Amino acid sequence: MHVPDAFLDAPTSVATGAVAAAGVAVALRKARTELDDRTAPMAGLVAAFVFAGQMMNFPVGAGTSGHLLGGALAAVLVGPWTAALCVSVVLLVQALFMADGGLTALGTNITLMALVGVFVGYGVFRLAMLVLPQRVGSVPVAAAIGAFASVPAAATVFTLLFAVGGTADIDTGTVLTAMLGWHTVIGLGEAAITGLVVGAVVASRPDLVHGARGVRAAQPLLVTPEAAR
Amino acid sequence: MRNRRFLVVGLLVTLLIAGVGSYYASSHPDGLEFVAEKTGFLDSAEDSAAADSPFADYGTAGVEDERLGGGIAGVVGVLLVLGLGTGLFLVLRRRGPEGGAEASEESADEPADAGRA
Repeated sequence: MHVPDAFLDAPTSVATGAVAAAGVAVALRKARTELDDRTAPMAGLVAAFVFAGQMMNFPVGAGTSGHLLGGALAAVLVGPWTAALCVSVVLLVQALFMADGGLTALGTNITLMALVGVFVGYGVFRLAMLVLPQRVGSVPVAAAIGAFASVPAAATVFTLLFAVGGTADIDTGTVLTAMLGWHTVIGLGEAAITGLVVGAVVASRPDLVHGARGVRAAQPLLVTPEAAR
Repeated sequence: MRNRRFLVVGLLVTLLIAGVGSYYASSHPDGLEFVAEKTGFLDSAEDSAAADSPFADYGTAGVEDERLGGGIAGVVGVLLVLGLGTGLFLVLRRRGPEGGAEASEESADEPADAGRA
């Protein structure tokens, strides 16, 4: 979903650049609460894994492919603010060194994948956790649901930006239908990869999974109620 | 030292995906590119100013072999993201007793890990 240069006009790119800068600035402050000596190296690894995952395009039929966006995955593993920074670092390296996503479109790509992808993915993950049984086994399932939702959400926001500031004059409805259709299918791949990876980490190191914290914390509180005071 | 082992295994898997697995990835256009082509706005794209980067389009300048060039680009990318990300997160992290579960001071990281390994 990397937007190249000149898909969107300059005012729209400046606007998304401002949104991205504001989002990253807030994330830089809020990520402190998620990062400590143990989770900081884990977060670096998650960013690297998202970069690798984004290289693995999987076919989705009719000569098109999709790849992991990784926002929901990173958010469940290391927390949403840190995840926004993880995906932003990935997008920065891709834009500067791989020419994947335009330089003037970097703000657009951060907005779509590091902000919309992460926070829609994490929000839906949290909602799913409210509904699912309160155990660690629910975390990968909820992560997959959040991951699924994050892809069409980012595709929809791209289409809105394109409707406002697309340089080509194409009917918005046509673009929206095509974007939503394909990215719903790609979302299934995103869900499968996210569910499997979160499942693997939860199975080996549940203590390192940010999204599993609430579930885990419930039990010690019952055993030692004085710790809650 | 399970923490370190987890990170090492995770990094090996990541390097394998980017350095070896990526060669087997689908080379079809992704969802956005495909839609742009079908609905007719792909041509509005312009080349990135980074298009002459030695690793542009996940290849490596001067390396003809696609498998090798793509693998090098993948490994370089992973190491760049890992270095930038880890550096940023180490700077941002909470330090001191209220920080990690182990309540270790930052100076304890490397020597203590090595000692316990």
